[in-house]
Amino acid sequence: MELFTNQVLAGIATGAIYACMALAIVMIYQAIDHLNFAQGEMAMFSTFISWQLMQWGFPYWGAFVLTLALSFAGGILIERLLFKPLAKAPILTNVAGFIALYAIINSVAGLIWDFTIKQYPTPFGSSPFLGSQLISTHQAGMIGVTILLLILLYLFFQFTRVGLAMRAAASVPESARLVGINTSWMIALGWGMAAAIGSIAGMMIAPVVFLEPNMMLGVLIYGFAAAVLGGLTSPFGAVIGGFLVGIFENLVGTYIPGVGNELKLPIALALIITVLVVKPAGLFGRPIVKRV
Amino acid sequence: MSAVQEAVTDAPAAVEAVPKRALTLGTGTSLVMLALLIAAPLFVKNFIIFQMTMLLVYGLAVLALNILTGGSGQFSLGQSAFYAVGAYTSAILMEHVGMNYALTLPIAGLVCFVFGFLFGQPALRLSGVYLALATFALATAMPQLLKLGYFEHWTGGVQGLVVTKPDAPLGLPISQDMWLYYFTLVVTIAIYIFSVNLLKSRSGRAFMAIRDNEIAASAMGINVALYKTLAFGVSAGITGVAGGLGAIAVQFVAPDGYTITLAISLFLGMVVGGVGWLPGSIVGSAFIIFVPNIAEGISKGLSGAVFGVILFLVIYLVPHGARQVALVAQHLVGKLKKR
Repeated sequence: MELFTNQVLAGIATGAIYACMALAIVMIYQAIDHLNFAQGEMAMFSTFISWQLMQWGFPYWGAFVLTLALSFAGGILIERLLFKPLAKAPILTNVAGFIALYAIINSVAGLIWDFTIKQYPTPFGSSPFLGSQLISTHQAGMIGVTILLLILLYLFFQFTRVGLAMRAAASVPESARLVGINTSWMIALGWGMAAAIGSIAGMMIAPVVFLEPNMMLGVLIYGFAAAVLGGLTSPFGAVIGGFLVGIFENLVGTYIPGVGNELKLPIALALIITVLVVKPAGLFGRPIVKRV
Repeated sequence: MSAVQEAVTDAPAAVEAVPKRALTLGTGTSLVMLALLIAAPLFVKNFIIFQMTMLLVYGLAVLALNILTGGSGQFSLGQSAFYAVGAYTSAILMEHVGMNYALTLPIAGLVCFVFGFLFGQPALRLSGVYLALATFALATAMPQLLKLGYFEHWTGGVQGLVVTKPDAPLGLPISQDMWLYYFTLVVTIAIYIFSVNLLKSRSGRAFMAIRDNEIAASAMGINVALYKTLAFGVSAGITGVAGGLGAIAVQFVAPDGYTITLAISLFLGMVVGGVGWLPGSIVGSAFIIFVPNIAEGISKGLSGAVFGVILFLVIYLVPHGARQVALVAQHLVGKLKKR
């Protein structure tokens, strides 16, 4: 039993990473209705910016806030420059655009900061949390940040005018335009927010996986899985999905014999698909209602 | 309104509705293409012939994805898994059983058809992003499964298998590469004709009805479950044949050759060629074979970025892929004829 509890705890700790990423993915999905394959690379790039700022002598939180602002601006810029012209193009063309963006960011980051692994500082310290060897204070801090972020987002979407406008623009663009909402800018805002949340995810994850241009690849896959599992329409679901995927992954590795690191991912994904077959819109997603 | 404007002004649906007549080329254009494909290898070196063979092989794989996505409206990131199964089936039959290379292809196709058909069953409940994730899982799992110890005797594990390149039969005085090219060309043309006819048939119309509106299709009496899984099966089967041909051409199969990167390339090929336009598959295949090399040639360190920029340029200029170019060309020719 103790093994089980410990593995669940360790799962929650890694799950916090996925939850962070999944939250960013759901944000952009809410705004633009697509999964952004370049999300992980955008987060990686933001993290590198914060690292560079710290190298130039900024204190951690100073770099943190500045990176957040830069990422927000960067997200909006990417939308305005690259994806607004594609707004009328078919969805699959947009997806190809995400793949192109992925390749560009990854390659440019590799050129500027090269592919060596870099240490990244944590603001929470890395001693054991409450005497447990499995969760460090950093991981506890990361869980705290994720939950805080979730609450802030909830407040933003429920109780501010901009949040309401964004929700309206995402669910019924036509009617939203008729009541005077600038839907095009709401999409840009969604990109900005997704980039900013992604940068937080990146800065929280970097101390665990270390900083390098390919650091987000694995995280992104699990993040997608988490977002889809929780239901793409629900930020709350995304966070729960993240923790569940983390726990799944750890339990699969412990209890199913012969599963090395190699098979963890396929089995975790297979489990998620099994869940999806039973609940096609994810655990907390709204069921999709179609009109003929 | 012209066909071009129609296609451009359409609101973006999940997968665009491509009218049936717009799926193929006219007879004249087809014959010119065919003549080019037959004549071209006579004038170039063996390495280029090999590249042209791969062009046809990937063209087939893109075509298969096109039937699935452009035809029946289902999205797949798992094509690399079917490709791998086809490649391994051919390789194992040739090396362990000693079967003739040409005979392994139908078997590879059949194995993949069954595999795809079965995979289509659970995938039935999923659509859009959820289906993308499911197929993605298949693509990431496949290389790991091929590496498993249990099958190592057959698959060669991480090392993979070496495949012997076939000689030209009947003592024909042409090189192995050239023989393989013509062999691949014949298979490709056969499958192309089959696909075109499939999409024009009753089953093809059922695919398209499902793509355009699943609920309406089922109300018209189309067995949605059957046709969706059938589309998966056919697509997987063709991909399997492509995989088998690819294994023979490359003379080597290994798990790391069939990762998710391959599936993403095939997807890009489909978008560049034009979703739902079968002849575009070859254009898309050319894009995914040659553009990475060109990008590497322009800048070694930034090859990824160059590739990304080229891809962006292509989708800005022609968001509907090569199909759009063809439609514009057709339109211009039509105008000239009227004068």
